[in-house]
Amino acid sequence: MTDPGRPVDVRVPVQSDVDIVAARQKGRALATRLGFSSSDATIVATAISELARNIVLYAKRGEIALTATSNGEHRGLIIVACDEGEGIPDLRQAMQDGYSTCGRMGVGLPGVKRLMDDFEISSVVGKGTVVTVKKWGR
Amino acid sequence: MQVPILKQGSYLIASIQSALTDADLVQLRESLVEQVGRYRSRGVIVDVTALDVMDSFASRILRDIATMIKLRGAETVIVGIDPDVALAMVRLGLNLEGVATSLDLEEGLAFLDMRTKNERRR
Repeated sequence: MTDPGRPVDVRVPVQSDVDIVAARQKGRALATRLGFSSSDATIVATAISELARNIVLYAKRGEIALTATSNGEHRGLIIVACDEGEGIPDLRQAMQDGYSTCGRMGVGLPGVKRLMDDFEISSVVGKGTVVTVKKWGR
Repeated sequence: MQVPILKQGSYLIASIQSALTDADLVQLRESLVEQVGRYRSRGVIVDVTALDVMDSFASRILRDIATMIKLRGAETVIVGIDPDVALAMVRLGLNLEGVATSLDLEEGLAFLDMRTKNERRR
């Protein structure tokens, strides 16, 4: 995780398909403001869309938080998708390509990991799931 | 936001104008599958140029559309996937396998003309 003191720039509550679109549009706007290329901004928006849909499908409600960051050389965007859903009992299984409990296409989390530069997930059964991903501008 | 569907000769052209919610995409699928019968269309073009993101759900719906339209006896072609969207799709692991794609509307029309050339145009 990154410096916990850093204020979040944008918070989007997520509980419906309309919120999925709102979250990814806000993510794209912030990425563009940070100077990301249009292709990286699209990658950010796509990852947010997948993360937000996971929230709606598996946890019903949650939040996407977007935070600008910097490592001195590059500007970056931290996306935190958190929910208070059932949690994921087997994280290793959830990170396998093609795995889905919902009968969807199953690109889910492994796909998001491939889109991003950093990927962390923690989940507690009965408490919820937090996915933290980072993308650096080029 | 509903996607306008234009009837042009024996083809239907669905031109996506903005970001779509999951419900909008499902509505598009229902409308195309219904209208291809109502207008006895030979081909369907879905123009995704203005679509902001092609995620796993959008890809699945487009595959559904192509398959269902095929089952209804017509052809589908997806046009206008831009380079940024194509890159994000590849990274995500989406490939629209089995779905015809063309660069733009013009190429899509040419593709449908070729695929339906032995059919009588209306």
